[in-house]
Amino acid sequence: MSQSYNRGLIEDFSRWREFSAGMWAWIFHKFTGWVLVGYLFTHIAVLSTAIPAAGQEAAVLQAGDDVYTQTIVTLEELLLVRILEVGLLAVAVFHILNGTRLLLVDLGIGLESQDKSFYASLILTGAITVASVPTFIAGAF
Amino acid sequence: MAERYSSFQQGGTMWLLQRLTAAFLVVVLSFHFFLLHFVHHADEVSFLMSAGRMETWSYYSLMILFLLTATFHGVNGVYNALINQGLSGTKRTVIKWTLILASVILIVQGIRTANAWAGIPLY
Repeated sequence: MSQSYNRGLIEDFSRWREFSAGMWAWIFHKFTGWVLVGYLFTHIAVLSTAIPAAGQEAAVLQAGDDVYTQTIVTLEELLLVRILEVGLLAVAVFHILNGTRLLLVDLGIGLESQDKSFYASLILTGAITVASVPTFIAGAF
Repeated sequence: MAERYSSFQQGGTMWLLQRLTAAFLVVVLSFHFFLLHFVHHADEVSFLMSAGRMETWSYYSLMILFLLTATFHGVNGVYNALINQGLSGTKRTVIKWTLILASVILIVQGIRTANAWAGIPLY
């Protein structure tokens, strides 16, 4: 008989002092998961402007005056959108790295160093995010 | 046996599918970010460039598979997070079917968008 482990309500923030590395990894994975699935729905909604754009004249498409190109260009001109994209990258990179860590844990690999691999995920996420800022901000000003 | 730290049923198909889609998404999501932010840049996006990529059969099928796996992994993740918070009974059934409906709408809309770029008349 399978049994769930009761972690208690993590939204009770006063408990944070009791949390170990594994608990933080679980909370961060959950939080980044919510952000990513929310973004997935938003992403498809924005990209859907390609549907009306496909019916526009070839000359309009060639000039980039179609509704899809204009929507993306307008969004990318906003500095706030660029900053949110860096945030999205950070969230995605952490979820990918910690997800890889979880897959390894599921396979029984590196169980003893699961706290160290969580810290490594955090540091690597920070490094990749910082290194990506110039690329993500390019053309915004 | 050691205590299990999971809200999934042991040995369940959903548990396995969540991991298999995870392994796939680690690679494809990294590729997606790399291609669309580092090879191409955010301020260079245009309908014709997106269409040019999607007209390639291999890219189109990879993106459809990406849509299907990401939707499954994301929505199944939300469902399991809610179960972990204590979702049960009628509420659980209602939320389950709401999530399935949301997934179907997302997948249909995603395929319509991909078809619009690929020049497939079904959109």
